[in-house]
Amino acid sequence: MTSTVDRARFDSLSPVEGLGGLGRPPADAFLSVRDLQVHFPTDDGLVRSVDGLSFDVARGRTLGIVGESGSGKSVTSMSVMGLHKPGTVRMSGSILLDGQELVGADSDTVRALRGKRMAMIFQDPLSAMHPFYTVGHQIVEAYRVHHNVSRAVAYKHAIDMLGRVGIPQPRSRVDDYPHQFSGGMRQRAMIAMALSCDPELLIADEPTTALDVTVQAQILDLIRDLQAEFSSAVILITHDLGVVAELADDILVMYAGRAVEYSAAEQIFERPQQPYTWGLLASMPRMDRARTERLRPIPGTPPSLITVPSGCPFHPRCAYADLTEGLSRTQRPPFREVLADHHIACHLTSAQRRDIWDNEIRETL
Amino acid sequence: MIRRVIGAIILLFIVSAVVFAIFFLVPRIGGASVDDLASRYVGKSAGAEQIHQTAIRLGFTDPIWVQYGRFVKGIVAGADYNYGAGIEHCPAPCLGYSFLTQNPVLPDLLDRLPVTISLASGAAFLWLLGGVATGVLSALRRGSVLDRTTMGIALAGVSLPIFFTGLLSLSIFSYGLGWTAPGGANPMDASTPWDWAYRLLLPWITLAFLYAAAYARLTRAGMLETMNEDYIRTARAKGLRERDVVVKHGLRAALTPILTIFGLDLGLLLGGAILTETTFSLPGIGQYAVQAVTNNDLPKVLGVTLLGAAFIIVANLVVDLLYAVVDPRVRAS
Amino acid sequence: MSTATGPGRAGAVAEGSDALLSVTGLTKHFPIRRGLLQRQVGAVQAVDGLTFDLARGETLSLVGESGCGKTTTGRLLTRLLEPSAGSIRFEGRDITHLSTGRMRPLRRDVQMIFQDPYGSLNPRHTVGTIVGAPFRLQSVKTDKGIKRTVQDLLELVGLSPEHYNRYPHEFSGGQRQRIGIARALALSPKLIVADEPVSALDVSIQAQVINLLEDLQEEFGLTYVVIAHDLSVVRHMSDRVAVMYLGNLVELAGRDALYAQPMHPYTTALMSAVPLPDTRRRGARERIRLQGDVPSPINPPPACRFSTRCWKAQEVCRTVAPELVELRPGHRVACHFPENVDVPTPAATPEAVDS
Repeated sequence: MTSTVDRARFDSLSPVEGLGGLGRPPADAFLSVRDLQVHFPTDDGLVRSVDGLSFDVARGRTLGIVGESGSGKSVTSMSVMGLHKPGTVRMSGSILLDGQELVGADSDTVRALRGKRMAMIFQDPLSAMHPFYTVGHQIVEAYRVHHNVSRAVAYKHAIDMLGRVGIPQPRSRVDDYPHQFSGGMRQRAMIAMALSCDPELLIADEPTTALDVTVQAQILDLIRDLQAEFSSAVILITHDLGVVAELADDILVMYAGRAVEYSAAEQIFERPQQPYTWGLLASMPRMDRARTERLRPIPGTPPSLITVPSGCPFHPRCAYADLTEGLSRTQRPPFREVLADHHIACHLTSAQRRDIWDNEIRETL
Repeated sequence: MIRRVIGAIILLFIVSAVVFAIFFLVPRIGGASVDDLASRYVGKSAGAEQIHQTAIRLGFTDPIWVQYGRFVKGIVAGADYNYGAGIEHCPAPCLGYSFLTQNPVLPDLLDRLPVTISLASGAAFLWLLGGVATGVLSALRRGSVLDRTTMGIALAGVSLPIFFTGLLSLSIFSYGLGWTAPGGANPMDASTPWDWAYRLLLPWITLAFLYAAAYARLTRAGMLETMNEDYIRTARAKGLRERDVVVKHGLRAALTPILTIFGLDLGLLLGGAILTETTFSLPGIGQYAVQAVTNNDLPKVLGVTLLGAAFIIVANLVVDLLYAVVDPRVRAS
Repeated sequence: MSTATGPGRAGAVAEGSDALLSVTGLTKHFPIRRGLLQRQVGAVQAVDGLTFDLARGETLSLVGESGCGKTTTGRLLTRLLEPSAGSIRFEGRDITHLSTGRMRPLRRDVQMIFQDPYGSLNPRHTVGTIVGAPFRLQSVKTDKGIKRTVQDLLELVGLSPEHYNRYPHEFSGGQRQRIGIARALALSPKLIVADEPVSALDVSIQAQVINLLEDLQEEFGLTYVVIAHDLSVVRHMSDRVAVMYLGNLVELAGRDALYAQPMHPYTTALMSAVPLPDTRRRGARERIRLQGDVPSPINPPPACRFSTRCWKAQEVCRTVAPELVELRPGHRVACHFPENVDVPTPAATPEAVDS
């Protein structure tokens, strides 16, 4: 499918806010999200789960989306997949999948893309697979939705897929039920199911959080190998900075439904620019370092998404908010490019950031 | 599996002992003499001697465990009775003879069973279909007018007693409009299946209404729960049509607990739909039970209670086994 | 600066008479019953023969993957479970099979903190009732009255005294864990067993709770047993680390020694599997990938339980169970072919290791 971007739609958006500071989608982007807003009206008020988010993922690249609970990372993936219950959600902005607009597209169009061109794996493979159907049945079902083939052909394909994700004796395991698989095998089966239609975009939402660390390593290796093989675009959603450091080419850090920092993985870990990212990195205990002093937690707790703080949503917890002459409290910081291909949302000037980084942050990481 | 079957048999024996004790032992503990018991089974004009003779004849004078032993032996091996008209053999399983009519209990029960089975199975079909369908629709359109209306009707259905809805519908549809058969029409006398269904239609609907209401609520609750499961999200993420998501993934899981309740309800009904049979004057097990209790005919009461218990225990067993078929996780353990 | 102080710091090894808690051959098998007569057909060997001491004021972490028995061990230490074999001595007193009634006074000294701060707090009770419950259960009189004492405790763990009348659902995950900590602290315990105390919390909150636990340890001289799967958290919090695999203790060492020079192949593999938040070392690290999953504790592999997944395993590993021996001062390991042993031990046979 060739790119059929609705250029007029982009031109009508204001260049800064409208495109979320990212500009037009680059030509190689398979998925482009621009100024995505996902709001849920509830009895307690409007929950702004995602509020002006923009990013791109190209084929063969992995984007890691990092954030704490309530940062909007999972809501984002559900929005891309079109999995929100209709009627419960208000979505605006733009999600372009290979040039096709998904925001506002009718549900059948999105459904036809789901599983075929974009697929998803979930955190807990035990609850994510139907307990009453065999693993094979569930893969066959995923394949046959999008391919007009016989059961027998799809069944062969299921065995083939199970073998490719490293399940021993796929011929006999294909008829097992999910509860007969171990945790790691189940996640492999889940991946086999997601990849059965050879999707160009794979979204992995905390794919290893429920797994033991040695099994997690196996699954991360598998995702890396399969991506090389299928050259799909991958979005990896996690709270674990170690996992993104292993796998991601680019990293998007989210806080309170917004992107706060977005750049190449090396940049994020070696030259982070945003106070929240600093805080995350400093608060982590490290296995690879003998740290003798105390951890430096970010004070306070993440905000409610109903009453997001004014200005920069991080300002109540930010140690440097006072340096911005009140801007952090009153104005939402624009998402802007501060270094080449490095976007942040912060009112600090580049001199201030450099100063803080050199004198306060660098040696603590 | 074998343990379950053995357990069921043991349970049946315990039930029979308890039931026997309730009817034969409790009155004695309550201070009634054997003659008091026997006095109900002779004419009003009978003298004390005649009553005592009856007590001996009915075996009341024997110790209670001898009486129970005789009863169990009758079930296992058959029994011979002599109520004055000569020895009669009652083959196993023998539930004894009516003290009043002196008919053996079991053949009477078996005579009436087809009526109850017709009533229960027809109604079960209707309520399962209606209840589950409305429950699913309600769950999918949660909070809509449809949901609130059906759940309101369901609440009424659960709350209204059968003799109210039954008599009301009889007076409207049979006697008022003449669309359905009047009460008391024995479906077993029907000449054609069509006639059979015609005679049962109103009892079916009345009985099914009560149960459908309960099942609609159950299904709705079950569907609301399963439709929030992670595997439903997975099914959608595969790109399945919403109809397949609901039926193949949601309903499949939501129906499993309903199956259990359905089995037990059906078992219970097969032991006699007392209110429905009484309201529509259907000569089924339930009506038999009512007559037995009214006449204080102990062997009949005992027999009908045991039959009901047997149905429930068997239904329980069948449900357990079916569950293993439906839920592979149960099969494994 | 709590990590640098305290009696157990600097990787010192706690052995000998001053141990607060002393565990020998601790074993827990959960029987599996089947069939008509419910005969025992096997057992889940959750914990099998643990031996270690715990010094006053130190933090010992139990690490391992699911099914390694670390949670069961925690429940045995607090006597929430009855051991199948072995002994537990607390301050020199054998508490292995104390009855519930005789355990009662001991419950003051040993407290537990759970992973899920929500599941372990009764949603119908106010914070005041929850934190004050230990006083009422143990009928302890307090100088200032229960309410004041509870409010002091709330302040101690970083909550406000006004939270006294609120309910658990009004709090965030981190705050709920603080409530759980306040409840554990109420009766001034000597030992706190913390089962995954921070693994349900977000990174930024995790650090707050870890710091709180460290501060409290310093202030009250607490001894911690921390049960955790996160090797980063363990490295930060522990003085000593015990690595468990399928119910066995495979390695026990001071923190720094363990992380710098792990001796058991399983420990090496475990550490190698942890993804590091460091893009520079991506691909540069030595990667050891264990195959498959942890075997079932119902039928654990014979002899060395790790032998089925170990790349160094030889015949002897499948026939002779390796003893937990001290290869370096304070560094004990149960392996026939340990790693990072500088002295070329003639360790090919278990007899040689034993001598």
